Amino acid sequence: MLKTYDYPEFTYRRSADQASGAVRRHPVIVVGGGPVGLSAAIDLAVQGVPVVVLNEGRTVSVGSRAVCYAKRALEIWDRLGCAGPMVDKGVIWKTGKLFRRDREIYRFDLLPEDGHKMPAFINLQQYYLEEFLVRRAGEAGVEIRWREKVTAVEPADDHVRLTVETPQGSYALEADWLIAADGARSFSRRALGLEFKGQVFNDRFLIADVVMKADFPPERWFWFDPPFHPRQSTLLHMQADNVWRIDFQLGPNADPEEEKKPERVIPRLRAMLGEDTEFDLEWVSVYTFQCRRLDKFRHGRVLFAGDSAHQVSPFGARGANSGVQDTDNLVWKLKAVIEGKAPEALLDSYDTERVYAADENLLNSTRSTDFITPKSEASRAFRDAALDLAEKHPFARRLVNSGRLSLPATYANSPLNTPDEDEFEGAMAPGRPAADAPVEIGGRPGWLLNLLGSSFKLLCFGAAPGVLEVDGVTVTPLLSGRDFEDTEGLAMQRYDGKPGTVYLIRPDQHVAARWRAYDEAKLRAAVNRALAR
Amino acid sequence: MKLNTEPNIERPDDFYEALIELHRGLSEEQSRQLNARLILLLANHIGDMQVLSEAMAAAKEAPA
Repeated sequence: MLKTYDYPEFTYRRSADQASGAVRRHPVIVVGGGPVGLSAAIDLAVQGVPVVVLNEGRTVSVGSRAVCYAKRALEIWDRLGCAGPMVDKGVIWKTGKLFRRDREIYRFDLLPEDGHKMPAFINLQQYYLEEFLVRRAGEAGVEIRWREKVTAVEPADDHVRLTVETPQGSYALEADWLIAADGARSFSRRALGLEFKGQVFNDRFLIADVVMKADFPPERWFWFDPPFHPRQSTLLHMQADNVWRIDFQLGPNADPEEEKKPERVIPRLRAMLGEDTEFDLEWVSVYTFQCRRLDKFRHGRVLFAGDSAHQVSPFGARGANSGVQDTDNLVWKLKAVIEGKAPEALLDSYDTERVYAADENLLNSTRSTDFITPKSEASRAFRDAALDLAEKHPFARRLVNSGRLSLPATYANSPLNTPDEDEFEGAMAPGRPAADAPVEIGGRPGWLLNLLGSSFKLLCFGAAPGVLEVDGVTVTPLLSGRDFEDTEGLAMQRYDGKPGTVYLIRPDQHVAARWRAYDEAKLRAAVNRALAR
Repeated sequence: MKLNTEPNIERPDDFYEALIELHRGLSEEQSRQLNARLILLLANHIGDMQVLSEAMAAAKEAPA
C-alpha cells in the first residue's frame, strides 16, 4: 500500500436484481469502473438516464497510472460537475523542458493563451481522479456494483444479456445498451470475438512514483540520453502530495520482474536525483505498450469506449483523455436514441467520429514512439540529427517528438456537421470543440463552456431568436450582451462573432453549424442533421 | 513536377568538391550523422512538402 494515499474499500452489496432471482432489464449498463466507465455513467445519470456500473474491483486505481489530464477532459469533467476537486488536488502545468545529455535544448509552453477556465494539463494520480469520480457518481445517483465481474456477454438484436459473478454467486441481467469500458484487456471485446489490430512495440519502460521534497518546478521534463541513464530516455512529472512520476526507457531486452525490484530501481533514481536527495519509493511498474484499435466501436447494442476500443502509447497522454472524449461523444447520442428523439443511426456517428479521433491519437502516439525508440539506424540518425540541431535552430525543435500532447479531435468531416456556406475567420469550424471564454453571467464572473452545458445551444452575437423546438429537441439561444457579458471580448474574437453570427453547438459542446445570419429553416435542418434524422 | 531537376547550381564542381570535403576524415557514423543534419537543414529551407516528396521519390528510384 502507498505511503501518501489510503485506499478506500468499497463493499459488495447484494443488489435487488440479484436478490430477485429474476432477469431484470436496465436501459444502460456500463462495464468497468475506471475513468471512462465512471464518466459515462455520471454523464448518463446527470442527464436523467438510469445507469448501473459493474466494477470487478473493490477500490480505485492501484497505482498512479494515467497521471496527465488534458484541458478538454477537464472541461468534460467540469460539465459533469467534478473537475473542481481534480484541479484543486492536481498539479497544474503547461510548460516543459527538453534535455539532451546534460544540456537543456529548449522549453515549450502548451497554452500561451489566457482566458480558459481549465488549465492545459493537470497531473494527478489516477486513484484520486477515480475517487472524485466515484463520489460524483454517488451524488448523481449512479449505482456502482462493486466486486461484480462480468463472465458472459450475449448480444441480441434489441438488448444484451450479461452474466455476473459476485462474492455471493452469479446472476444474469440485461441491458438495452451496454457501454464496454472494461479496459485494454476488455472481456467484452473478447466475448464478442472482436479483433484488436495494430502494432506491438517491444521497448520496456519502468515507471517509479517517488515521494520527495524536490525543488523542480511543475513542468514536464524529458531527457534524451541523459548522463544518469545513457542511450535511453527519461520523463519526469510532478504529481500531488510531493509524489513524482519518473519514467525510464529500458530497451527491449529488460527483464520486467528484475527491473521492478527496489535494488534495481533505487540506484537508477540515485543516479538521477543525486546522492543527497532523500526519497521514498511509492509505486513501481514495468510496462510495454501497443497501438491498436477495434475496427468499429459500435457493435449493435454494445458500445466500446476508452482502452477497450483503442490503445495508444503513453507518450502524449492520449489514453484516458481520449477515452473520456469517447463518452462525451457517446452519451448525448445514446440519450437521444433512448428517448426516441434520434434514430439508431446517430450511434453510427459515434463510431465515425471517435474512430477518426482514435486514428489521430494512434498516429500521433506511434510517431512519438518511433522518435523516442528508433527502429533502424537511419531512423536513429535522423532523430539524433534533429536533436543536434534543435538547440541552435528553431525549426528542428518542431521535429523533436517526445510526445505530442493530447488535443481534442475536430470532427471536420462528420456527417453531423452542416458545412459552412458563409466566410469565417478563426478556428471554430463545424466539428470543432467549442472554445471557452471568460464571461459575466448576471454580474458575476463565469465561463462560456459552463453556459453551453449538455444540450443544444444557439450561441448568438448581435441578435437572437426565441427558444426553438425541433421535433422534441430544444435549442436554447445564448445571446452575447443579454445572457452573458463578453467582458473581455474573447468570445467574439474566438468565434469571429460579427453581429448576426449564430453557432449551433451540440450537447457535447462541439460546433454543428454556423451562419452569418439566423435562418430558422436552416437551423431546423442543421439540428435534424446533427441528430442523424 | 515541382522539383527542379534541371541544372540549378552555378558551379557544380565547386559544390561537389565542398560536399566531399565536408566528409573528409569522418567515420562512417559521423558522416551518416552529418548527412542527416544536412538533409534536415535543406528540407526545412525548401519547406514545400510537394517538392520534398518528389525529391524523396526521385532519390528512391533505383539507378538505371
